[in-house]
Amino acid sequence: MAGNAQESIVEEDGSILAHAEEMVRAIKQGDEEQVKSMLEYISLAREGGLYNEVGKMARQLHDAMDTFCQETRIDELAEDAIPDARTRLRHVITLTQSSADRSLTAVENTLPKCDSLSGRIDELGKSWQNFKKREMSVEQFRELSASLETFFVEAEKETGDIRAGLNEIMMAQDFQDLTGQIITRVIELVEEVEGNLVDLVRLTGERLVNPYEKKEKTEKSGVEAEGPQVPGAASKTAVSGQDEVDDLLSSLGF
Amino acid sequence: MNKEMKILIVDDFSTMRRIIKNLLRDLGYTNTQEADDGLTALPILQGGGFDFLVTDWNMPGMQGIDLLKAVRADGNLASLPVLMVTAEQKREQIVEAAEAGVNGYIVKPFTAQTLKEKIDKIFERIEAGS
Repeated sequence: MAGNAQESIVEEDGSILAHAEEMVRAIKQGDEEQVKSMLEYISLAREGGLYNEVGKMARQLHDAMDTFCQETRIDELAEDAIPDARTRLRHVITLTQSSADRSLTAVENTLPKCDSLSGRIDELGKSWQNFKKREMSVEQFRELSASLETFFVEAEKETGDIRAGLNEIMMAQDFQDLTGQIITRVIELVEEVEGNLVDLVRLTGERLVNPYEKKEKTEKSGVEAEGPQVPGAASKTAVSGQDEVDDLLSSLGF
Repeated sequence: MNKEMKILIVDDFSTMRRIIKNLLRDLGYTNTQEADDGLTALPILQGGGFDFLVTDWNMPGMQGIDLLKAVRADGNLASLPVLMVTAEQKREQIVEAAEAGVNGYIVKPFTAQTLKEKIDKIFERIEAGS
């Protein structure tokens, strides 16, 4: 290979100097052939040095990239963490959507009950006013008395339903805690990716001028808090719901 | 069961604290106080007067599991009933909480019915044991 030949030329100490001296001598003597030959030798040697330098840079960059990949968890980020974050964010959409649906359904079911209650209160109020003004026959009074009795029973049931609807809306807000935890984790991931990108830019821009701080690998212990489990990204040891929690606890004597 | 008992609700998300507070009120427990993590909860508990602790696990500052351990290690609080209400649902975590002396464990999202059942069960056991 030409490259190898050139490298060996450069590595020979003094060989360029010797050839330069020979060239000067040849110029003085007017030996055109010898001048050309020496010039060619020297320029080849110069190119060889350049190739050699480029080769060294490529090796250093390669080594630096290797170290970078080992010391950051860039592979893991690309292969696991980013897809995992996508799954988590999709789960946030699912949770917020289901919460909005639950709340709206509860409102839709509750509002007509309020309307019907207030309608009947209005009706009974009018009859009551008639009664007070003594504009009421005995027959009408019997009717009023009967509808009041029905109203008391129904009103109790319906205010119970309204209460249940309001409770349902309240419980639907539980998404905020769960999505908050999930999004906080994704923000942490984005920060890590950002840090790695800055490192990468510095690495390719400065060719490893700065020594790398060894990043501590965070080993996750089994009991470390990790927030809500997300469908599709759930831990293998996660239970699937309250029933399994109860079973597990009862197996422990609870 | 004593509806007047004083309950501390610990969760870093105010929405969840409000939900738990409202559910407890619905069950007849109106004497509640709130804290947003273990670090703020512990001095409140040490101030005395609490009969029941409801805590999340995953919180900044001091986590719920560490709050539970701190409670059990404190002579004055050691027997305080503790209910964990958390999104943490790995088996080893539940076992850890059980070993640390938790009285009940609810995974989020949960229902009002579950909360009622667990609270009833905790105090039935305590009354049976005493």
